[in-house]
Amino acid sequence: MAVYNKIESRKAPSNSIGFFHWIRENLFSSPLNSALTILGIAILVLIIPPFIKWAIVDANFKGTTRAACTGDGACWVFVKMKLDMFLYGFYPEAEKWRVNLTYGLFFVVIASFRYLKGSMLKLSIAALYFIVAFFLIHGGFFGLTNIPTNKWGGLMLTIVISAVGIVCSFPIGIIFAFGRTSELPIIKSISVTYIEFIRGVPLITILFMSAVILPLFFPEGVNFNKLLRALIGITLFEAAYIAEIIRGGMQAIPKGQYEAADAIGLSYWQKMLLVILPQALKVAIPNLVGTFIALFQDTTLVLIIGLFDLLAMVQLTTSDSHWIGYETEGYVFVTIIFWVFCYAMSIYSKTLEKRFNTNLK
Amino acid sequence: MEQQEDVIEIRNLNKWYGEFQVLKDINLNVKKGEIIVVAGPSGSGKSTLVRCINYLEQFQEGTITVNDVELSDDVKKIKAIREDVAMVFQSFNLFPHLTILDNLTLAPIWVKKTPKKEAIETAMNYLERVGIADQAKKYPNQLSGGQQQRVAIARSLCKNPSIMLFDEPTSALDPEMISEVLDVMIELAHEHRTMVCVTHEMGFAKKVADRVIFMESGQIIEENDPETFFNHPESERLKLFLSQILSH
Repeated sequence: MAVYNKIESRKAPSNSIGFFHWIRENLFSSPLNSALTILGIAILVLIIPPFIKWAIVDANFKGTTRAACTGDGACWVFVKMKLDMFLYGFYPEAEKWRVNLTYGLFFVVIASFRYLKGSMLKLSIAALYFIVAFFLIHGGFFGLTNIPTNKWGGLMLTIVISAVGIVCSFPIGIIFAFGRTSELPIIKSISVTYIEFIRGVPLITILFMSAVILPLFFPEGVNFNKLLRALIGITLFEAAYIAEIIRGGMQAIPKGQYEAADAIGLSYWQKMLLVILPQALKVAIPNLVGTFIALFQDTTLVLIIGLFDLLAMVQLTTSDSHWIGYETEGYVFVTIIFWVFCYAMSIYSKTLEKRFNTNLK
Repeated sequence: MEQQEDVIEIRNLNKWYGEFQVLKDINLNVKKGEIIVVAGPSGSGKSTLVRCINYLEQFQEGTITVNDVELSDDVKKIKAIREDVAMVFQSFNLFPHLTILDNLTLAPIWVKKTPKKEAIETAMNYLERVGIADQAKKYPNQLSGGQQQRVAIARSLCKNPSIMLFDEPTSALDPEMISEVLDVMIELAHEHRTMVCVTHEMGFAKKVADRVIFMESGQIIEENDPETFFNHPESERLKLFLSQILSH
């Protein structure tokens, strides 16, 4: 038998922390790992310098016509001259401030969310924003001239479609997720049928149906806006996927949470909205944002029903006889824009996860 | 006269999970202010029995009457009973996305429509009583198991229930945290609230129970006052059970 003295904590040995330790642990921990690291560096060396040479060093930025583009580098003059097309489509020059103001208001709203408390207040502000945005972009009220939707295009159209798709499909998705987990057989089977039907059909088919087949069912003379039809199609499509993601989140919630909510006397809707949904959404954030990113990219499919989103603009602008042959520049530019938006969403998803993390220690 | 004092009345209760019968002809009356401890080996149906009382479990045969309301599928009746019957779970079941204080005020604000300020005052009172008022702004996962269970008890007290059900409240706790929860429960017992506790804490049963019930394979085997129950058990099965849990 023995009694021991208390031992004070010491600092970790210097070779187990720090920069060099990290490199050794992560990049050169084994012969295979070292080989892969060297291979990776070699590939980067092969790709990056030529790209920088093409995109920046040899590129042409000055001038207004294709005559200005000499040498082997990229011709950014093309993108510069067609920038308005890429960003706004055929939206009239004099009215572009309306689109820009809508963008600006978006950041004001997001910033205000950091300081405002209360989810009802936030929801109403968001709803108000969408109404204001509609009036601003669509016009036809309060002395703003109406800009018909066939003038909408480029990045602005991409953002409109994905924003409407995300915002509208979200509540519908939640309702179907509740429906699918419901104990009422009728509601459950309707939800299951809807979700499984939509998930069994490609988005492109739904877009075709909304654009080509749907009008056949309308009486003569009724003309439904093409963009609106596409928006409805995308929303209904997305709702099915969101429903499944949220249902997955709900299944991760222990049974005890449902029982505790029942035991303290909450009604079904109170239980679902106050206890289950907030936790389910938190679990589902990474998957939800993943779907939203996919939706943002899928909006490019509207090209096939004659709407000109950002990607479609590359085709349109390079068919201008003055600028034939500059697809590469166009696609690189569009790629960068898509990447910036998707990466921003990805980052935002990380911040959301952190903000809603209550699993603190 | 005596009949009217019964706040819980269970008549010929039978329940099956599929083919398996978990409760067999349970008859039990609980008087106002009475403290009942339900003991028995695991799988004996004791948890299922208390969970039937606030209709977390449905049953096929028999009746349960709580405060003169007979349980049925009727949502209004279930709601009425749940407003007056609180439950404390083995795994606490606090809402992890809400702070301790929000956990306590959720039901008063949404179910009883208590003004927020008043709900917070009441909640803080109960947190004070279970000794964790200083943790009100924290989230459940930041607390120890014993603290979480005390919060859960405070949460169930917030609606000022006349009946409290405990479903093995100390079974998921580390040994050093059991006594802090039992202390709170003993204090509650002295307030003459009706309590039905499923527990393995025989010390607790000896100290506060008015009646101890022994269940095995879905049946009530023996029912007695604690003195007789522990010192002069009548049935062989209870004798065996007691020798198993008290031998070490």
